[in-house]
Amino acid sequence: MSALAHVGQAGGGGPTDPAPAQERAGRSWLPYLLLLPGALWLFVFFVIPLLQLFTVSLQSQFPGYPGYYYRDVNFSNYLRALTDFAPQFGRSLLFAGLATFFAFCLAYPLAYAMAFKAGRWRNVMLIAVIAPFFTSFILRTVAWRQILADEGPVASTLNALHLLPGGHITETWAAVVAGLTYNFLPFMVLPIYASLERADHRVIEAGGDLYANGFTTFRTVTLPMSMPGVIAGTLLTFIPAAGDYVNADLLGADNTKMVGNVIESQFFRVLGGFPVAAALSFTLMALILAMVFVYVRRFGTEELL
Amino acid sequence: MAPFRRRPPADPAVRGLVRAARGSQLSRRSLLGGTALGGVAAALSACAPPTPPAGGAAALELPTDVSGTDKVVRWSNWTAYLDYDEDTKKYPTLEAFIKDSGIRATYSEDIEDNDSYFNKIAPQLRAKQDVGADIFVFTDWMANRVVREQLCQPLEIIRMPNASNLLDSLKDVSFDPGRTNSLTWQSGFAGIGYDKSKVGKELKSLDDLWTPELKGRIVVLSEFRDTVAIVMQSQGVDITGGWGRTEFEKAVAVIEQKMSEGYIRRIKGNSYLEDLKSGNALAGIVWSGDLFVLRAETGNDNWQFVIPESGGTLWSDNMMVPITSTHRKNAMALMNYYYDPAVAAEVAAWVNYVCPVQGAQEELAKSDPELAQSPFIFPSADYIKDNNIQGFPALSPEDDQAYSAIWQKVQGN
Repeated sequence: MSALAHVGQAGGGGPTDPAPAQERAGRSWLPYLLLLPGALWLFVFFVIPLLQLFTVSLQSQFPGYPGYYYRDVNFSNYLRALTDFAPQFGRSLLFAGLATFFAFCLAYPLAYAMAFKAGRWRNVMLIAVIAPFFTSFILRTVAWRQILADEGPVASTLNALHLLPGGHITETWAAVVAGLTYNFLPFMVLPIYASLERADHRVIEAGGDLYANGFTTFRTVTLPMSMPGVIAGTLLTFIPAAGDYVNADLLGADNTKMVGNVIESQFFRVLGGFPVAAALSFTLMALILAMVFVYVRRFGTEELL
Repeated sequence: MAPFRRRPPADPAVRGLVRAARGSQLSRRSLLGGTALGGVAAALSACAPPTPPAGGAAALELPTDVSGTDKVVRWSNWTAYLDYDEDTKKYPTLEAFIKDSGIRATYSEDIEDNDSYFNKIAPQLRAKQDVGADIFVFTDWMANRVVREQLCQPLEIIRMPNASNLLDSLKDVSFDPGRTNSLTWQSGFAGIGYDKSKVGKELKSLDDLWTPELKGRIVVLSEFRDTVAIVMQSQGVDITGGWGRTEFEKAVAVIEQKMSEGYIRRIKGNSYLEDLKSGNALAGIVWSGDLFVLRAETGNDNWQFVIPESGGTLWSDNMMVPITSTHRKNAMALMNYYYDPAVAAEVAAWVNYVCPVQGAQEELAKSDPELAQSPFIFPSADYIKDNNIQGFPALSPEDDQAYSAIWQKVQGN
């Protein structure tokens, strides 16, 4: 908004100005002009819908007309969002946190191998990481339902070994976390790989020259150098995973629903749920924003941003 | 890289556009200011939620009908609900209608379930904006809501001579007395479906479902008017009336208990069929016609559909004309066509749901005498009575909201 207002002021010279002044003005315009398409896009498709969402989250129900609302300043929608749906919020954060942790455990060795050990296999590995994106996210999750089905190889093997307490893998929280981990793994691998790949090898060698063993070098040199990638990766994994509802819907049970599922059901399945759904969306957004803020402040990301 | 050259566009129309675009550059600044201010104003005014209908006293304003000049009718329906030819990828009865009447009918299977379809289009309906359909199909209870909120147009029986073929039992329904707003498309039952070979025994009552062999292999419908109603029937409640929140909650408690004990794996919408196909589920509370589709698709005749001993539910889906449609007459012509017994028989033979058209049984007997005896397509009054098959009553808006909220809680939402 302020950028747009500034553009308006900068153009205040008008066409009657002498030529040199206009040229200078033109030059100072340039960054704003370049910003314009992006700013307009954000304004029309982000700011306006967000405003609308906020007004909806404060609406009240017409008494006697479920499904109709009037404009109001009704903060009880937020109270309901937080009290009635606290378990789902907790689950969202927990599952997203677990998925981020597992994705990190899987992604770091993979990215490390790609950056330092892969040699001529590096491109093949990169393609293998990116290739799943050529298929739709939903289709891949549905495919996991098939792979983990009761009659499928995984579940039947585990069942034969009596390792499955409930007798099935789908419709459990473990399946939801596994699905989230799988779906967001590339978002963790790629930033870590990028930061490891551009790390200066001589610095790592210097660690060895200074009599640090392999592990100490890794802990004091390699890992800190890759931190920007780790932070970017955790954010890119955690944020979408916390808002995801597809995995919980397709792989989970009725007692593993996340916030995304509640928003969907308040919006589509409950009569008169619009304001609460909007309040839930806003609360989730604020919650994630606050967590990211603290996280970024704590670990610092001058290189990331 | 090839050098970039700018050539004037050859097409005069394009040249005109370019000139117009250049001309408009002068006013860019005012345009910007205008967009910013106008955008905020438009956003805020668009936020104003639609107001509820004035009530029964106010006359309903219908949109001008353009059926005569615009020979189109757009029909939104549920999946697997109209005879379909796999080879030609066409709907034979609908093709015949287009040929006879000259009305271009388009058919889309865009209704996934009552709630999600209604909630998707409701804001537009209330704001009187076209929803891309001239006929939509809702189950009784949702049809009730649509009628109550005046979101559909009254039908003119005089334009639909075949409508008198509607079964007597469906002519006077609680949500639409005298059928002035709706016409039944198909009806069906909810009951127990299971794979006989895998279960290894016959399931007769709801309690038969709760056996150790079926632990974690049961799915139930997300429609509470089927699932909760069937549990209520098993508890001896007459679901057609005389019950309240206590009885509803008592039935819900059973479902919650069976979920926590691990019998019920998931409460699901129409996608429960996928679980039956993949073998994740071996039994469940299901819709009658679906089990016939399952049999045909898997080639496994062990799939059984039974009405539990304590009773099952009967529901109907109803064709209605959205309040926003400008093709009301075309829509009525289409409804009239499907109430021709011969056409109805053709549809019934494919969908295997209860046919609401009198005379269709005789028509079907001509081509397939065995199918014409199926109680799932043409149930006799005795069959319905003996099996305690009941319809779920219309709920008041408040009860509707309260029960669906309880039901969403059960589903973890």
